[in-house]
Formats: sequence, C-alpha cells, structure tokens
Amino acid sequence: MKLANWFVDASQKGLIGGTVAIWLGLIGMVMRFSERAIIQDVVDLGHTLLLVVVFMVAFTAAKREYTSGLKLVAGAVAGAISALMLVLLVLVGEQINLRAMFINASPELYAFISFGNLALLPLIGAVTGIVAACFHFLPARLRNALFMGLAIMVVIGMLSDQLLLIFTNNGMVAYFRWLLAPKGLTVIGALIITLLVAVINYVRGLRKERAPTPGVSRPATQWVRYTVLLLVLAILLYLPQFLGAYHSQVLNQVGLYVLMGLGLNIVVGFAGMLDVGYVAFLALGAYAMGMLTSPEGFVAQSGGQWNFWAAAPIAFVVAVFAGILLGIPVLKIRGDYLTIVTLGFGEIIRILAISDWLRPYTGGAQGIAAIPPIAIAGLFSISGPAKQQKLFYLILICCILAAFVALRLKKSRVGRAWMALREDEDVAEAMGINLVQNKLLAFACGAAFSGISGAIYAANLGSIYPHSFGLLISVNIVALIIVGGMGNIYGVILGALVLVGLPELLREFSEFRLLVYGAVLIFMMLQRPEGLLPDQPQKLVKEGI
Amino acid sequence: MWLIGVLIVVGVAWGTYNTVRDNPYSRENWIDFVIFGLAQGCLYALIALGYTLVYGILRMINFAHGEVFMAGAFTGYFVAQPLFDSGFLVAQPVLSLLLVAIVSMATSIVVAYLLERICYRPLRNAPRLVPLITAIGASFFLQYTFAGFYGNGVKTYPDIPSLKGEWQIFGIGILKTQAVVIVAAVVLMLILWLFVQYTKTGKAMRAVSEDKETAALMGINVDATIVRTFIIGAALAGAAGILYALLNKQVQFYMGFQPGLKAFTAAVLGGIGNVPGAMLGGVFLGLFESVGPSLFLEGLKIPAPYQLKDAIAFTMLVLILIFRPTGILGERLSKKKA
Repeated sequence: MKLANWFVDASQKGLIGGTVAIWLGLIGMVMRFSERAIIQDVVDLGHTLLLVVVFMVAFTAAKREYTSGLKLVAGAVAGAISALMLVLLVLVGEQINLRAMFINASPELYAFISFGNLALLPLIGAVTGIVAACFHFLPARLRNALFMGLAIMVVIGMLSDQLLLIFTNNGMVAYFRWLLAPKGLTVIGALIITLLVAVINYVRGLRKERAPTPGVSRPATQWVRYTVLLLVLAILLYLPQFLGAYHSQVLNQVGLYVLMGLGLNIVVGFAGMLDVGYVAFLALGAYAMGMLTSPEGFVAQSGGQWNFWAAAPIAFVVAVFAGILLGIPVLKIRGDYLTIVTLGFGEIIRILAISDWLRPYTGGAQGIAAIPPIAIAGLFSISGPAKQQKLFYLILICCILAAFVALRLKKSRVGRAWMALREDEDVAEAMGINLVQNKLLAFACGAAFSGISGAIYAANLGSIYPHSFGLLISVNIVALIIVGGMGNIYGVILGALVLVGLPELLREFSEFRLLVYGAVLIFMMLQRPEGLLPDQPQKLVKEGI
Repeated sequence: MWLIGVLIVVGVAWGTYNTVRDNPYSRENWIDFVIFGLAQGCLYALIALGYTLVYGILRMINFAHGEVFMAGAFTGYFVAQPLFDSGFLVAQPVLSLLLVAIVSMATSIVVAYLLERICYRPLRNAPRLVPLITAIGASFFLQYTFAGFYGNGVKTYPDIPSLKGEWQIFGIGILKTQAVVIVAAVVLMLILWLFVQYTKTGKAMRAVSEDKETAALMGINVDATIVRTFIIGAALAGAAGILYALLNKQVQFYMGFQPGLKAFTAAVLGGIGNVPGAMLGGVFLGLFESVGPSLFLEGLKIPAPYQLKDAIAFTMLVLILIFRPTGILGERLSKKKA
C-alpha cells in the first residue's frame, strides 16, 4: 500500500508540473524566453524555465519523509511524468493542427521543448528529478545558500547583455571578460557567481545562528549601519553617471514607482485599505502640471503660464484634495467594497480625461503636449542629453524625503492609529481613535505622494495622454507593495526594483508583465502573504511605551 | 454628504427636463434605447448572478468572475468558426448555437472550478483582503493567459443569417439577436430561480449561505456546495458569453473586465447576495446606461455623452455604496459585518 501511496503522490506532482510546463509553452513564454541566453552556448532562459518547473515539482515530490532511496525514485517519477506530458504535447501537436486555436503551438515550440531529442526527454526529466531529490540530502542551510546562488546567477545571466553595455560604455569591459560572454555568461563566470553567492549566504547563515539574540541592535552595529547608509548614498549619487542615459531612465521609472509605492503603502500597508484606483492621483497630478505649465494649455492661453516650481505645489494640493474627496464617501464602506469603489474612481477619472466634454481643458484623447522641462532660470534645466541623469537626482531627493516622512509617520501617533485601524476597526474606535480623521489623513497622505510623482512624470515626458493612466499602473503599485511586504518601506523599494526594473530591462518580460503580476499576487497570497521583506512589528517595549 | 446626493438628483432632473423639452429623439429612438438597454441589462444580470451567488455563500467578491465570462465567450469562438466554415451553422442554427453554448459554459466551469480550488479554497479563513487580492491577481492572470493562448487580437464571431433583421412585435421592431438574448436570459434566470428554490442543491446553497457551521451539522457537504455554487455561476457566465457574442460579435481577451465590473455594480445595485436583486439590478443598470446619456447628460449640454456611459455606471456604484449599501432588495449588511 505504501508503495502505491508514494507513486500516486509523485505522479500527481508530475502531472501538475507537466500542466504548468505545457501552459508556459502555449502562452508563448517559453519561446519568447528562449531568445535570451543565460550561459553562453549552454542554456537559455526558455529551457531554464522548463527545467525549473520540473525541478520544483520533483523537489516537492521528494519532500515527504521517505527513505533516501524512495526519495530519489519519487523525484525521478515526478520529473519523468512532467517530461512525458511535454512529449505528449509534441506528439499531439504533430498530428493535429493546434495552431488554429493556440497561436503559440508552433513547430518551433515543439522542437524547442524536445530539448534536441524527443525520445530522451523523459530521461532528462527523470535526471532533473533525481538531482532535485538529491538536494534533500544536503543540510538545509547549505541547500538554501546554493539555491540563492543559482537564483542570483540566473538573474545576472538574464541581465548580462545590459551589464555588458554598461561596462563597455565605461571602458571596463576588459575586467569582466571572465564573466560576460557576448551572449549570456561564460561557464566559468556562472560557476564563480553561484559559488560566491552561495558561500556568502552560507557564512551569513552561520553568523546569524551564532548571534545570541537576533534583532537586538548592539551599539557596535549602530555606526556600521550609518556607514552602510552613507556608502549606499554615495553609490546612488554616482550611479547615473555610471549607468548612462538609458539605464538612468529605467532607474527613474523605478524611482517614480518607489515614490508612488511609498504613498500607497500608507493607505494599503499602514491603514489597511486596498486602493486600486491609485493611478487617479497620479493622473490628477500630471494633468494639473500639464494644464498649468503647457503653453498649449488653457491656462497659458488665458494669460498666465506657470513654471514647474509654482505648479508642483498646486499638483500636490489637487491630489490631496482629490484624496479627501474620495475619502469622504468611502469612509462608511468597509474592506472589499472600498476596493471596488476606488477601482471605479480610477476609471471615472480616466474616462473623464478622454471625454470630449472636458476636451478644452484636458485635450481629450490627444492629451497635453509641450510641457516644459523642470528648470530654475539661469541655474539649471532638466533637459538636454543628460536629462535622465539630472532627473535622477530630483527623484532621489523626493524618494528620500518621502521615505523619511513615511518612516516618521509610521512611528508617530498617527501611524500607530493607522495600524490599529488595519488590525481591527471596531477595537480601534473603542480605543478612542477617530476613524474619520485618520482614514482621511491616510488617503490624503497617499494621494500627496502620487500627485508629486504625477507632476514629475508630466514634466519629464513633456506630454501626457489619458491612456497612460490605466488600471495597469494601479495594479503595478499594489503588486509591488504586496511583493515587497505590506507596510515595509524597504519592501517597497525592493518590490519596485523587481517588478518595475526587471520588466523595463527585459523586453520579453514586459510582454508577460501583467500575467506575472497576477501569478505573483496569487502566489504571494497563498504562500507568503507578508511579502519578501515582512514588516517587523514595532518593539514597543524597547521604546519604553 | 447629502448635499452631493441632492446636487446629483437636481442635475439629473434638470438634464431630463431639458432633454424632454428639446426632444431631440423620436419615439423609435427611445424604444431602441430601451430594448438595447434591456438586452445589455440581461447580460449584466446573468453575470451579476455569479457574483451574487458566490458573495452570498462566501462573503467574498469574486473579482475574476468577469474573466470566467471571457474564457467562455473567447473559447466558444473556436467552435463557432469551424461550424460556420463547414456550413453547419447556417443549416442548423439552433443546434450549433447550443453546441457553442455548451463548449463556452464548459470552459467557464473549468476555469471557475480551478479558480475556487487553487486560489480561493486555501484562503477561506484568511482576512477578507487576502482573497480579494488573490482574485485581482487571478483576474489578470486569466486575462493574459488567454491572450497568450488565443492571441491578443479581436476575433469576430460569424454572422448567423437567420438572426439578421428584425421581428415586429406589437408594432415595435426588435432586432432578432436582441430578442433572442432577452428570451434566453430570462429563461436561464427562471431556471436558476427554480433551481435555487426547489432542488436539494439549491436548498443546500441557501443553507450554507445562512450559516456554514449549522449547515455542516445538518449533513450538508459545505465544500461541495461551494464548488457547485461556483459552477452554477460559471455556467451562467458562459451562457452570457455566447449571448454577448451574439449581440456584439467581437470577442477578445480584455472583454471580461468592463462587463465584469458593470455586473458587479448591478449585483450591488440589486443587493449583493440576493438572487432576484441581481437580476433586477442588471436590467436596471442596462437600461440606465443606454437611456441615461441621451436622457440627462445631453440635456446638460455635455458633448458626446456616450463616451461617459461607463462613468455613469461607476458613479452609480459609488453612489449606491454611499447612500444605500444594501442595494434595492438587499438585507442589512451591518448584521453580517460586511
């Protein structure tokens, strides 16, 4: 009986893995990813993707408390069954024209997922499964360190062409020949990276274990932290010079999302109100900026054109005002209704911006063009060839300010009131927290951050269109907060880097951006609802409260 | 707060008065608007039923329900087109429509079943926000999965020759497709109502929505009942998908979002969790949307009022939630701590 049990379990896992692999193939992800090499002439991202799926499946199949021999067999079975399903797809696809329905079911896909030889595919699956099962024999710390190393290696591999570009621009490419091949990493480079990261992680894990009470900051770590902070700042200041225009632009994009994420984090992370119409405030900030500063706008035509510095506070105020306006009606609404109302609000703003009704003011579907760049007359202007680099500093200042404000807010009385609201509204109210005041404040603060981002966004691009303020942006921000860890400010930064930076850099990712966001949201909620960097509960005892 | 309400009522009244005075449309125009609104409203009602059934039983907004609808309609195309190419659709329109509908409903059911099984069941006891985030994630996931499967272009359903033209009923010309949509939707809703009222499963659904624990103690399999609820909602959404295709011809991966949101509005309008309410809310919203822009927005001298059609629905949603969150037929939400 026991034998049957493990077999059923392993084959179930194998079937799941096979389904996921087929799905990846049919949505076109495998083929798109196959264009990017990870290690030159060895493996590309498409194959990596498939192998990772098989590996994960076999790994979980072998997780049960079997004898070590059985673990290996279970892993092999799960891997082989996953691979067999791919074989099945190829065989079916060769008989029936699946392409009439699934546009990605092409002969190239079949050739690609056969890994060169269809007959050998189950064997490859089984071997991957056995390797995966072998990882169970390693001690947990070593295993995690190795996984980390492999993951970092894959990420660096994906970014290798970007790195190559940056290093070439800075004339440093000669120093990195060992690592970067013309396409992907070199074999030696990949090995070194993997081992290096693994060793660092292993040592760190050891040190953490030895520390007597983790989390208590000793005076010695205090200055270490400041040094690190200064170092990070120095690197950030130098970064745009090093990166060049294109990558600075990506960085600016990330920065704007950090700014918005910090704002939404107040509403979602601190106060626990899920706002998916957040893009509305961005749009309002951008439109306020556009209307006031553009020479084509109605303000200029009626006699007064503003500059960025005069218009930015207005954008700020408009967004705050809109935040309160949205806040007042939804105060009475709880939880999930609030989410839908904010969604509706975001759509209303967008529809109004497109409509002919407000065309004289918003420009309808054409939007507003010729928004002047940010400048102080005679001193400097964020324009010209180094525009993105200059803009970076402005965004950096805004982000640091915003992060500072958010941090202080979080520890303030208001912040604690928000968190009490998040945990339980009724109890919070009973404790004497003013629901109306605090909720409105959260909405207003969140909107303010977004309004400023909108203003910068408009001034940076020079023209705005209603279509760029779709639901996508709202979902993007919500996703980055949830991935990073709700309520955690560092989480927002990490989330923005992963969810905004990566798809900007990897064009094949941006195609599947929303798909990945959706999957990430589901996965995080199921497996790790607290996010990658969970918010630490405040140590009230330590602060003596 | 009430000031806003009064202002809106005055605005609507003033606009209506202006339109009635200027009278820019003929009687036939208005009848067209109403019938179009009815057909559209019936679709909303069918989708809204899915929201309401699930909400009634789980107290959660199945945000991905619009995508369940899309999955059915989008997949149905791949049956309808070959049927048309082989000439069967023209020869046997009723039979082939049924076939397409069955495929569409089956797809929707599979999607909804997987959704419940993978995304919602593990989170049944999580805080309310958690399944909602999952649902939003699932919504995007499904949209782009189907975009990846079938391509992100627009697919156009074939024309059915026997459904072209109008029928004259009581001297009023009704487009045949619209008539079919209305009749089919009404029949489906009637079947659903009878099902919920009189069958054993229906009674179990109502019992579970009243009180899960007690229902379980009475020997009702709660998990199975929840799955059935999802399946019924999905079947209605799949049927709505085919009716949508009859009405609008074009399907694409993004088509589920707007109708889904509108249907949710309809469900809230009728009182979420309430089956007749969803039907009423859907029809009401459809009418409001099709008559509204020309009735009161035009009177307010707003150019191109049809562009604001969607804004009307969302504004209405916000207003209902503020002034009467229980909807037309809804029960008091405060009791359930919604």
